[in-house]
Parts: sequence; C-alpha cells; structure tokens
Amino acid sequence: MSVIQDASPLSGGLWTPVCPYADLLPERGAAALVGTCQVAVFRTFHGDLYAVGNRDPFSGACVMSRGIVGTRNGEPTVASPMHKQVFSLVTGVCLDDPAKAVPTYPIRVTDGTVEVSVA
Amino acid sequence: MNPNRLVVVGYGPSAHRLVEAVRAGGFEGGITVFGEEPRPAYDRVALTSYLAGKSVEDLTYPAPGGVTLRLGSRVARVDRESRTVITASGDAEPYDTLVLATGSAPFVPPVPGKELPGCFVYRTIEDLDSIREASRSASAGVVIGGGLLGLEAADALRGLGLETHVVEMSPWLMPRQVDEGGGAVLRNHLEALGLIVHVGSGVRAVEAGPDGRAARLVKPDGEVIEAQIVVFSAGIRPRDELARQCGLAVGERGGIAVDSGMRTSDPDIYAIGECALAGGMVYGLVGPAFAQAEVAADRIMGGSAAFEGADLSTKLKLLGVEVAQFGETQFRRTGPGQTPGVLDVTYMDPVAGVYKKLFVSDDAKTLLGGICVGDAAPYGTLRPFVGRALPGSPSDLLFAGAGGVQADLPDDAQVCSCNNVTHGRIRTAIADHGLTGVQGVKDCTRAGTTCGSCVPMIQRILVTSGVEVGKALCEHFAHSRAELFDIVRVRGITTFSQLIAEHGTGRGCDVCKPVAASILASLGNGHILEGEQAALQDTNDHFLANIQNNGTYSVVPRIPGGEITPDKLIVIGEVARDFGLYTKITGGQRIDLLGARVEQLPQIWKKLVDAGFESGHAYGKALRTVKSCVGSTWCRYGVQDSVGLAIELELRYRGLRSPHKLKAAVSGCARECAEARSKDFGIIATERGWNLYVAGNGGFTPRHADLLAADVPTDVLVRTIDRFLMFYIRTADRLQRTAAWLESLDGGLGYVREVIMEDSLGICADLDAQMDRHVQSYFDEWRATLEDPEKLRRFVSFVNAPGTPDPSISFETERDQIKPVLIPLEAVSR
Ligand code: SRM
Ligand SMILES: Cc1cc2nc3c(=O)[nH]c(=O)nc-3n(C[C@H](O)[C@H](O)[C@H](O)COP(=O)(O)OP(=O)(O)OC[C@H]3O[C@@H](n4cnc5c(N)ncnc54)[C@H](O)[C@@H]3O)c2cc1C
Ligand code: SF4
Ligand code: FES
Repeated sequence: MSVIQDASPLSGGLWTPVCPYADLLPERGAAALVGTCQVAVFRTFHGDLYAVGNRDPFSGACVMSRGIVGTRNGEPTVASPMHKQVFSLVTGVCLDDPAKAVPTYPIRVTDGTVEVSVA
Repeated sequence: MNPNRLVVVGYGPSAHRLVEAVRAGGFEGGITVFGEEPRPAYDRVALTSYLAGKSVEDLTYPAPGGVTLRLGSRVARVDRESRTVITASGDAEPYDTLVLATGSAPFVPPVPGKELPGCFVYRTIEDLDSIREASRSASAGVVIGGGLLGLEAADALRGLGLETHVVEMSPWLMPRQVDEGGGAVLRNHLEALGLIVHVGSGVRAVEAGPDGRAARLVKPDGEVIEAQIVVFSAGIRPRDELARQCGLAVGERGGIAVDSGMRTSDPDIYAIGECALAGGMVYGLVGPAFAQAEVAADRIMGGSAAFEGADLSTKLKLLGVEVAQFGETQFRRTGPGQTPGVLDVTYMDPVAGVYKKLFVSDDAKTLLGGICVGDAAPYGTLRPFVGRALPGSPSDLLFAGAGGVQADLPDDAQVCSCNNVTHGRIRTAIADHGLTGVQGVKDCTRAGTTCGSCVPMIQRILVTSGVEVGKALCEHFAHSRAELFDIVRVRGITTFSQLIAEHGTGRGCDVCKPVAASILASLGNGHILEGEQAALQDTNDHFLANIQNNGTYSVVPRIPGGEITPDKLIVIGEVARDFGLYTKITGGQRIDLLGARVEQLPQIWKKLVDAGFESGHAYGKALRTVKSCVGSTWCRYGVQDSVGLAIELELRYRGLRSPHKLKAAVSGCARECAEARSKDFGIIATERGWNLYVAGNGGFTPRHADLLAADVPTDVLVRTIDRFLMFYIRTADRLQRTAAWLESLDGGLGYVREVIMEDSLGICADLDAQMDRHVQSYFDEWRATLEDPEKLRRFVSFVNAPGTPDPSISFETERDQIKPVLIPLEAVSR
C-alpha cells in the first residue's frame, strides 16, 4: 500500500523547478513530483500557468494532469479524466460538487523554467 | 444550538436526503447512519431498471461527505434513557438527536405456503437478485397484488421471460390510482402483452411441488395457477418495530406518529419516510418522503419548517402503458353516496386503448383531479393546475394535452411533486442562472431528478421563458454536433482554434473539445495527436489507451474478426508476462492487457507493433470490433465465409472516428452465433448473399437491429454500410449511438433507406467519396506515435522525473494475476 500526502515536509517554502516552460503543451497538463507531493501543472491557451494537486478527490487516482483544460463561465478549468467532474484551476474547488476540491499551489516562470511551491 | 451527535437509523432515499440536507445546511456535528442493507442508499423508485440492466452503481445515490456509514448493520434497540442505539451485533452508538428512517416492508398476507422457496417480495436489490436467480428454472410467475408495485413486479417477471399472472383482490387493477373505466382499459393493454389478469380474486394457498418449492397457487374458487415464482405485493407496512420497542407513540394501524415537524412523541427523535405516520397518513411515495426529510433536517438545525401533507399524484409507464392520476379522484359518481359538487369529463377510445378523465367543480371552473391510462400527456401539464382555475375547456385539455392549455401557470403551482419545486422557483432559476436546458434546471432545483414525469413541463417552462431548448452543445457553442459537422465540412475548417474563434466563444471545455476532435478526425485531418488537436482529445484518446480506476491504462491490440495466429497469441502472452499485465479476453473477441503505467505504453506498443499488431481503438469513439462466427469455412451450418467478411469490414472501417463507438458482427447463418443483431451494423449470411441489419445495441438500452437490406452481394453490402456510417457520422448528436440516432430521425429507417439507397438528398456520391478518403488515408496511430519523438514526449509519469513510476500505483495478486490496490476513499475525502 502506498501512502499519499498532499504536502512535502522537505520542500519547505522553496520554489522547485519543474520543467522548461516550452515543454508544456498549451491547454494540456503535466504531472510533476515534488518530494512526495504530486502536482498537476497546466498551461492555458493564453499562456497562464496553474498548479493543483494531481490526485482526483473522487476516484483517489493521481490523474488530474491528464484532464481536459477548458473554461466555465470564463473561469479556467480542468475536468477529471476519471469521471469528468470539472474543477476550477484558480481555486481548486470542484464546480460540480463544491464539497470537493483539489489543493492549489503557487506557480511561476523564472528564466524560462516553470517553478512550483508546495510548502 | 446544534446537537452534536446525529444518528440515523435506516439508509433509504429519505435518510439520504436528510443527511444531504443537514450537511448542506452546515450541520457541524457527527453523523452516523445505520443501514440494514449491505449497500449505500439507492434509488428504489428505479429498482426495476436493475433487472433491465442498470448496475447497482447506476442506482446508488452519490455518497454524502462527512458521514459515518454503518452498512449491513441493523439497529435492534433504542435505549431512550441512555440515548443510545444498539445494533443486532451488540454495538452501541450514543445520540443527541435520532432520526428513524426505517421505511416499510412489503405486506405478506397470511396465506398457507407463503414461506415456501420460490415465494418473494419486491423491495430490495437482493430480492431482485433472488427472483432473477429463481427465474432461470421457472416457466411461470404470479404476482399477488395488482397495484402500482405489483404491476411493476409483473413487468419484471415478464422481462425475465416468464408467463406472468397478476391476482388482484379489487374488481380492477390499480384501484388506488384509477377508476373502474381506467382499470378496464389498463387490463386490455396488459392482456394484449400476454399478461394473465385475475381480478376480484384472493389467494387460498401456495402449494409445493415434489421438490419442495412453490409450484402452484390456488384461488379461493379452486382455480389453480401453475407458477414456480410467487411475488407478494399486497401493500406495505411501516417498519415501526423500533418505535414500539422503545415506547414511542404509533398509529392504530401502524406508523410512527409524528407532528408537523416530523417529531415523534420523544422530542429528540424524528421519524421520516415510509415509517412515519404524518397527519394520519403513511405515504408510500418518494416525494413525500423527501419533503419530510427536508422538514426534519430544517428542524434539527433549529428551523421551523412544517410538513403539511403531500400530493399523491403518480405517473408511471408500466409495460409500455402510461398510467397517471393526479389531484382528487376518489369520488362516488352515482348512487346514494354521490359526491356533490363534482362533474367529470371522460374521453375514451377503446381501440387505441386510451382513457382520460378530468374531475372539475360543478361550475366547471376549478380542476379537481384526473385519471389517464394509455396517454398521460395531460398529467404533466394539468397537475400543477389542481385546485385552480381550469386553464382551458375540459375537452381541449383532454384532447390537445399541453396544446390545450391557454392559461399561464401560477408561480406557486407545484411542478415537481417528487422534490416539491414550484413554477416560480424554476422560472427564477432559469432567469438568475441563465439556464438553457433541462439539465441546468435539474442541477439548480432538483426538479425532474426523481421520477422524471415533470420533465415535459420543465421543457415547456423553458420555452415560455424564451429559452430555445436543447441543441446547444455547451456554453461555448450554440450549435448541435450535426450543425458543427456541416460547418467544419463545408467551410473546410481544420483546427479547433479556427472553429471556436469563428463560430463559438471562449476556449472550449471537456464537452465541445472531444466533439470537435472527433469531427476533425472523421473528416480525415491526420493524426489525432498532431499539433493543437492533441489538446482536444479525451484522456483516453490522448494516451491512445483506456484509463482504469487506479490511473493505469489498458492495451487492446486490434484482432480483426477475432481471428489470430498462434504466433501472435504468443507475442501477446510474452508482452503481458514481461510487463506484468493483467490479461483477459474481452466481450469483443479480443484481448485486453491491463495495468500499464503511462510511461510503459510506448515500450509495450513497440513490441506489439513490431509483431504486426495495430491499435484496437478501444479508447476511441471509433470502430471497435467486427465480431465473427467461424462460418462456412468450418461450421457445418455456415452458408458464407463470415470470418472473411468480418476481417474485410474491420480493416475497412478501422480508425473511423464517429459520434460514439461503433460495433459490428458477421454471422455465417441465421443461427446468429456472432450476435450481429445487437450491433450498430450486423450482417447475417443467407443462401443468396447477406442480410444487413443496422442500429442495434447492447449496453444500457438494448435494441435489436433493423433489416436494412436483404440478400445483397458483398459489393452492394459494403457500399450500403459505407453510406449508413457516413450519414450517421454527419448527422448524429454527440455520444448518440446508431440506435438512438435512428430513433430520433423523423421517418426512421424508411428515411435512412431513402437517403442512402434511393439518394433522395443527392448526397450519396459525397458520402461514398468521404468513406473512400477515410479508407485510403488510414494509418496506425500507435505506429505513427512511436515514430515521432514529439508525440512520445507526453508518455512520461512526471515531467521532472520521467522514469519514476507513479508511487500511488500498487497492485496485489488475485487468481495469479495483478489487481489494483485502490486508495481507500476515506484517505481521499476529508
Ligand atoms: C473490455 C470490455 C469488457 C471485457 O472485459 O470484456 C469493455 C470495457 C469497457 N466498456 Fe464495454 N467493454 C467491452 C465490451 C462491451 C460490449 C460487448 C461487445 O462489444 O460485443 C458491450 C455491449 C454491446 C454494445 O456496446 O452495444 C459493451 C457496452 C458498453 C457500454 C454501453 C454502451 C451503450 O450504448 O449503452 C459502455 C458505456 C459507453 O460507451 O458509454 C461501455 C464502456 C466500456 C469502457 C470503455 C468504460 C470506460 O470508459 O472505462 C470499458 C473500458 C475498456 C477498457 O479497455 O478499459 N461498454 N461493452 C469489452 C471490450 C471489447 C473490445 O474488445 O473492445
Ligand atoms: C419496486 C418499487 C417501485 C417504486 N416506485 C415508486 C414510484 O414510481 N414513485 C414513488 O414515488 N415511489 C415509488 N416507490 C416507493 C419508494 O421507493 C419509497 O417511497 C421510498 O423508498 C421510501 O423511502 P424511505 O427512505 O422512507 O424507506 P426505504 O426505502 O424502505 O428505506 C428504509 C431503509 O431502512 C432500512 N432499515 C429498516 N429498519 C432498519 C433498522 N432497524 N436498522 C437499520 N436499517 C433499517 C431498510 O433496510 C431500508 O434500507 C417504489 C418502491 C418500490 C419497492
Ligand atoms: S452463425 Fe451459423 S455458421 Fe456461424 S457458427 Fe453459428 S451456426 Fe455456424
Ligand atoms: S415529479 Fe418526479 S421528478 Fe419531478
């Protein structure tokens, strides 16, 4: 049995480089492993970046990075690939069931490298 | 002040609604629910659909968050002194507030033989499982009770292929809902369907056969009904045993007495649903149970809601016959007890089997109630007007249904009785949230989510609110899929960006993107993972594999027609062994390898492609398989080479993207071993050629395919299938299989025949050319992916650690193969 954690005690407040910005496909996600924490990073059509937890709170599987990116009433979203619930990329809240949410993480680009902070 | 420990006994629809309501209302204490059944609460109203193929999961309500569920756990005692409930296995649970939601139990009359094996009731999934099991060795069944539930049970027995009898004590069927005239019309319908109806009859005994199981039922007049299955459905009895045990007040004829706040004689204990006696009534319908749950929830949180009684209207479709009753209908029309001040207007067409009656006040101004059999159209439109001014002349209303309604619906009229939603609430929701369809209204108000009979009325309200119903794909496109298809085809659009910029708004979503991806692919726009197209694909298409419950993928190589050489079988075996994959023969005559991690997919497919395999498109809305039987090459009955044709067709249509998946089969003779008539297109060999059947379906709503062409030679057959498929791809809705598409077409099969065989629209040359283009431009998606480093880049577990397997994936062993270890949901939801 594996243990899943949301935040890694090792990365305390630091920015962790993840990949070159150019490696991210527009409107698609990628998963990153930061310590023991799985982060789904997304690049939207307009070039904005978002980072949320990679674990789908409905199925428990670490798959959020593989969902379809879109918008709902203008808000950037990702749909879980497992059962299609739609989450806000801004707040992490599930728009179909606000009782569920994924964590969100700060994300930025430094010298062409995408960085996230999971502390 | 909120009490902090809420305990609920019973986990049926009413308990589920209560728990949802207190959670939504911000209740902060702990909630423990005890359910005697081994599974979470499910939609009992839809129980019969379970026998028609719905899964338990389909019926199960979504799990409420933050609730401790104790399933398979019956509460045996309530100790009011210490405020504790004690389960049958002796566990104790303290409460501050207790809710009894124990429902009811079917009433089994004291008939000799009622305990024999073969005797059942009809209330739970387990009951249905037992009945289904017993039906395998039975030829006839009898239902005791011709009310609403009894006829549902009869429907189920008939669906299981049994000769079905119904025995009803009253002089006509469904005496609580319809009058004698309606009962007679209903009986005609049921008899025409082969049911055997015995009205005005009780039961003397159920007798056993030599095997000790029920074998026959004896009526009081001595008549014998041979039946190996007996289902008792003679009413329900509230389950008030806990209330009796702990000394709460109960009604004379059963039911836990409650006040209008659903409180029992102990102020800390509430009772809701079918176990409660509210205002002197035990309600046997889910709508009142929901309303009571909402009232109790409000009271528990300090509110003052009250249950003021509920509408007993019902509408159902039984064995294809619509039956409905609304408002007040139990009037004596003639004789000494005639109800004063009531007029009735009846319309009856015995040939069509339609019976409709309205009750109105004697000044013909106020609608009191109505009964419908055979055509329940007036139900949806008229029920909200009960007790109000008649919205048109009675005869117009009976004939024209919604068309006859001239008046506007008042805002306080109840539209959805299951969920107590008024017209005003729906209108406001439409205006405030800019709703454009029934789904939106359901999401916002819950109206229409239970029995569905108010959906036509919701549609009408959408129309009167100025909403154009239905066709918009999603918030980004006002077009239907068929319209988008034409736009893309005619304007030669090749990218989603161009399509949404010119014809939509925003940047799309998980609904419109896969639709656009599919349209672009159907029209032959190269590799689905090429450039911008990649971002449109559903996760399955994006990884050219099907996602599984633990985030791993399945690998399904194409095995055309189900024919495979020993060498290829060995390669599949080797790949599965080397990568440790779970292996299974699919229902589509090929082999599924499961448990592949995303980064393993290219390595696995490299081996398979090198051995001559191709993608099986199990992940795509595309052609899946063309199944075959062995046919004339080996079978002593075969009249044509079914395997050869199946392979030819599978190779022709492989990779063809469509609104939904496409399945096919070819049988070598009329014995139909390939099950061709349950396929989107199915072919059965004849002495003179092939019979082509189209628009069949297994799945949720099985449908036998219709004969489109008979005794045709192979070249004509293939051209006809080409055109059928292309016409479907052009005009169907998103996720609409051929069966639903055909049924939605005006003119149905005749129309399709005109278009593709008589070229009535002059598009056949176009359809042919489009299919030829598809056939010529086919290539294997997996081979092309392996050859392109750009496309391979996505097949990594982590961008920053491409070789590290996802640590959340693990397996255990079952029957010598791997099985996913799922992360328990408690660890996930907080
Ligand atoms: C693997 C297989 C079950 C098996 O172990 O045998 C299977 C597995 C799935 N089926 Fe199926 N179906 C499989 C044969 C069938 C059959 C039998 C057949 O094809 O002859 C049917 C009934 C026939 C029919 O479709 O008309 C069938 C009716 C469905 C349906 C209901 C479709 C409907 O129109 O109601 C779904 C749901 C859907 O597609 O929306 C479904 C959906 C699925 C999905 C894709 C559900 C999902 O999204 O995860 C399953 C995943 C496949 C995968 O590889 O991960 N599967 N499924 C079978 C694969 C056959 C193949 O070789 O491709
Ligand atoms: C076949 C069928 C078709 C129906 N069709 C319709 C319809 O078309 N329209 C309509 O309005 N209604 C219909 N109904 C009625 C509807 O299902 C009921 O009104 C509804 O289920 C009542 O909900 P409830 O929660 O009060 O009780 P229930 O659904 O009976 O749930 C009570 C639960 O409590 C459990 N329980 C009882 N005692 C204990 C205990 N001591 N400890 C722990 N658990 C306990 C029971 O096992 C049960 O799971 C139908 C019912 C059936 C059986
Ligand atoms: S369908 Fe006919 S030809 Fe094919 S296997 Fe069955 S009996 Fe033989
Ligand atoms: S009346 Fe049953 S869902 Fe609305």
